[in-house]
Amino acid sequence: MKPIQTLRKTRKVFRTAPPTAWFGMTVILIVLIAGLFAPIVAPYGETEIVGAPGLTIGGHFLFGTDQIGRDILSRVIFGARNTVGIAFITTILAFSLGLVTGLLAAVLGRWADQLLSRIVDILMAIPSLIFALLILTMTGTSIVNMVLVIAVLESTRVYRLTRAVGMNVGVLDFVEVAKLRGEGLWWIIRHEMLPNIATPLAAEFGLRFCFVFLFISALSFLGLGIQPPTADWGSMVRENATLISFGLPTPLVPAAAIALLTVSVNFVVDWFLYQTSGLKD
Amino acid sequence: MSTPGDNGSGETARGDVLLEMKGLRLEGRVDEAWTEIVHGVDLTLHRGEVLGLIGESGAGKSTIGLAALGYARDGCRITGGQIFFDGIDLAAAPESVRRRLRGSRIAYVAQSAAAAFNPAHRLIDQCTEAPVRHGLMSYREAADAAQDLYGRLHLPEPRTIGFRYPHQVSGGQLQRAMVAMAMAAKPDLIIFDEPTTALDVTTQIEVMAAIKEIVEQFDTAAIYVTHDLAVVAQMADRIMVMRDGNLVEEGLTRALLDHPDEEYTRALIAVRQLRKEAEAPIAGQTPILQVEHVTAAYGDVPVLHDISFEVPRKRTVAIVGESGSGKSTAARVITGLLPPVSGRICYDGTELPANYRKRSRDQLRRIQMINQMPDTALNPKHHVRDVIGRPLSFYLGQQGTEKEERIRELLALIELEPDQYIDRLTTELSGGQKQRICIARALAADPDLIICDEVTSALDQLVGEGILRLLIRLQDEFGLSYMFITHDLATVRAIADEVVVMKDGEIVESGAKNEIFQPPHHEYTELLLSSVPEMDPDWLDRLLAKRGDEFRDRGI
Amino acid sequence: MAQIAKMVAQRMALGLFTLFVISLIIFLAVEFLPGDFAQAVLGQSATPQNVAAFRHELGLDQPAYIRYFTWLGDILHGDLGRSFASQRPIDTLIAGRVYNTLFLAAYAAIIAVPTALTFGILAALYRNSVFDRLVNIAALTAVSSPEFLAAYILIFIFAVHLGWFPPIARITEHTSFMDRLEILFLPAVTLTLVTMAHMMRMTRAAIINLMASPYIEMARLKGLRRGRIILRHALPNALAPIINVVAINLAYLIVGVVVVEVVFAYPGLGQLLVDSVSKRDMPVVQIACLIFAVTYILLNLLADIGSILSNPRLRHPK
Repeated sequence: MKPIQTLRKTRKVFRTAPPTAWFGMTVILIVLIAGLFAPIVAPYGETEIVGAPGLTIGGHFLFGTDQIGRDILSRVIFGARNTVGIAFITTILAFSLGLVTGLLAAVLGRWADQLLSRIVDILMAIPSLIFALLILTMTGTSIVNMVLVIAVLESTRVYRLTRAVGMNVGVLDFVEVAKLRGEGLWWIIRHEMLPNIATPLAAEFGLRFCFVFLFISALSFLGLGIQPPTADWGSMVRENATLISFGLPTPLVPAAAIALLTVSVNFVVDWFLYQTSGLKD
Repeated sequence: MSTPGDNGSGETARGDVLLEMKGLRLEGRVDEAWTEIVHGVDLTLHRGEVLGLIGESGAGKSTIGLAALGYARDGCRITGGQIFFDGIDLAAAPESVRRRLRGSRIAYVAQSAAAAFNPAHRLIDQCTEAPVRHGLMSYREAADAAQDLYGRLHLPEPRTIGFRYPHQVSGGQLQRAMVAMAMAAKPDLIIFDEPTTALDVTTQIEVMAAIKEIVEQFDTAAIYVTHDLAVVAQMADRIMVMRDGNLVEEGLTRALLDHPDEEYTRALIAVRQLRKEAEAPIAGQTPILQVEHVTAAYGDVPVLHDISFEVPRKRTVAIVGESGSGKSTAARVITGLLPPVSGRICYDGTELPANYRKRSRDQLRRIQMINQMPDTALNPKHHVRDVIGRPLSFYLGQQGTEKEERIRELLALIELEPDQYIDRLTTELSGGQKQRICIARALAADPDLIICDEVTSALDQLVGEGILRLLIRLQDEFGLSYMFITHDLATVRAIADEVVVMKDGEIVESGAKNEIFQPPHHEYTELLLSSVPEMDPDWLDRLLAKRGDEFRDRGI
Repeated sequence: MAQIAKMVAQRMALGLFTLFVISLIIFLAVEFLPGDFAQAVLGQSATPQNVAAFRHELGLDQPAYIRYFTWLGDILHGDLGRSFASQRPIDTLIAGRVYNTLFLAAYAAIIAVPTALTFGILAALYRNSVFDRLVNIAALTAVSSPEFLAAYILIFIFAVHLGWFPPIARITEHTSFMDRLEILFLPAVTLTLVTMAHMMRMTRAAIINLMASPYIEMARLKGLRRGRIILRHALPNALAPIINVVAINLAYLIVGVVVVEVVFAYPGLGQLLVDSVSKRDMPVVQIACLIFAVTYILLNLLADIGSILSNPRLRHPK
């Protein structure tokens, strides 16, 4: 399609986006800015003590102060950088691993498929959280360990999706036509399969990010993930939990931030799927 | 009540008008926008009359058939006109009125019985449901009536077959059970929506006969929707020819077939008349393909048993059989997708490796295959240029302007305007156009042999005929050899020089086309030949009389 | 009938095999602990002889596969080993907690399952209506939220400000049934919210898929009432997908329990697990993980077997 047509189509697509998608994109944009420019945007430092502990929302400090007197707003902004950044890296790792293994299983079939699928079945046989807890007990809780464990566990979902979608495309006649022509494996994957699975994979990337993000937040909340004093939304909830019994909504701020970002990504992914598959659902 | 051989002459003897559509308009939704798909159609149907609605895909015939029930599928809506059923305007009536008529006075028989029956319930429960729920009969009465209908429709074990589940009976039996379900409340009108399209030619006869008989016995009015003029000629008193949501022509069956007014109607009638002169193999040349004593299996399941045949140079061999005959498997063995258990494939005298992976690029180039479903044979993300261009660069090493020009040449050969089509995405093309692109793709490789696997089966008849003509022309021009796989004998007549008849993985008969089509035949060939509907309205009655009781007892 | 029995038996065998492999993995986790196990327990001051004696007592000087089967055998006989941290036998440690966790999970499930199914089915039947859209957005929001968000919001409003329920689930073996219901209300609702959202979305999708089946259209063309179509034609075929959805979500519930127990300081298995992970008390972690794993695998097994049994084609073979 010529460039002018693509531009027109893109503009139309944006114009017809539902309010939920707009909401989602706005939030994601805000988080991105906060994350990338944290030191500039945040009013105070990540670990700077700025006032009395346990100040409430809406005073001089927009979201109040935490249990040792640091500015919540600043820590939330730095948390965007830390938590979202780590989640993003983990998602990329998980996605890459799942994509490669899924494609291998779909294309090579037989023994590759059997072997990989059995391994994935075992990894998925028990809940990820439990598995992660087991491994982290073994290796100790450090960020690197956490990233690796979550990446491997989440890659199983990407594997299953890639394999399913890949196999669906793989049985279509045009793939067989290419095989019969004598095309090599890599050519078939690149030219015949990938263009047709790009869409569900893109959506899956978004969804994976959400799950990885929630997973990291949960582990940090349990004290087993990102450790203080690094600003992280999950552990901030944990740190400030006691303030709630004093009637302060402080821990709700980072918790709501987590939910807000996840919901936004979900809204955008939903809209993306709706656009590309024309599913009126 | 009509008698055989009396189609149409008794028009005034028909009852009064049962169904009348005036200026019917329907819209369908494509991607958020509503477009009109039926443009003001008028239809009149009398009591006891059978009306045939014929047309290709997109004609709107199914949609009109459903409108007779006052029903529009999801994504369709009735936007104008009136539908008078026995005086009630279904288009304007409230849903409750329409609902009460459905299943009790107007019934529907779908194309696929396997999909229309609920897998969780027995046949008898589904057949008795309509009359019971409409308060017309008690369960006991309805069950007795259903069993009576099963008997009239010649189903095996009519007293007990109702207790089976849909997946426990065969396709032809299930289709007849669906007719029984429609008949259950003794409706005034039944809509038959392509009831035999999905069936084998031999099973089709039985279902057609059953429908014809039962409609006569109960003097039910019927609308018979189909794309096959020969089929509808057997069943209908009157025919309406539809095209793209418009009425093209209508008339009494015999009169319409003998003296069609419209070009389009003439084309539809002529569609099965295409004939190619069969030619004998050129003397002294090795056949381009030799299949020698091939036995093949899928895992443990044997599929082909010791089959042997040849394809002479520049000739067409048609492999004909019904589903399960192994004809497509033969193609897979030849192309190397399924290595045989024993036997060999020789190309131009040299044996080919059994597995395609072991063949040289040149060996792969020389045998090309065209598939049945053009939708899945083309990558939806590719442009026409890429599809045709790849074989050129892969096999022949062509690049740049040389390649571009050749692509245009090929497009012209397949009768598609190069400027218009070269940049199109494959999804933007119609079925017939896609199949032509597949042909161009095969031609691009400059092959000697092209295997055509049911290439016209998924297309409308007129479109398919265009493809056949194209293939014949290309064969004359380029000296191609074809192995043409089909289940349709009319296609065989149209295109073959030699014929191979297959059944259950074995070759039943083979030889020159003219020999095969003349008696004496193998019993199975006889069955196949006689099962192809002809344009003569009396054909079915004659066939049934001839086959007599032998056919009745088969109960397939 | 034989075919269906065979399929069920195969599935159960597979489940058993998976359990076996998981138990092996859990066992092997100990093998990879850095440093020497016995040394870690006894501390730096222990003499080499003490360490050796301790190792011998624990059977650590035997090859791995013998230890594995001993471990497995012990568990099956009820001997669950000892905690590193407290040296107490694990079975006394977890007995009450397992009961507590099951209680909470059941409490949540009883509320969640019927509500989610109802909302899911209604949303599917009234597709694209305002009701449906609202339900969808609510569900998507709930699914995207971490459990602790819902938990703290509920605590903030109902416990701290309104004072209707206690903010912490402090119970003992002696707490009465009715008291438990009150104390556990907020934790149960928290668990319910997220699980319900998942279940509702899945049910809705399954029903929409079902309602698009050709035999549903056939039922309409026979002039049947909508209610009858749903009850007689859709639901019998909906059993399989719904059983699947419920079992999968019950399995998911198991995971959600862990976070909820921590938020509410509820003495259940989840809270014990998290504490033990921080303390790197491997034997307790192993047993807790094993229990969670067994429950999860069992639920998935039930889901699969349920699907097999409710498939009409398999129940009535040719």
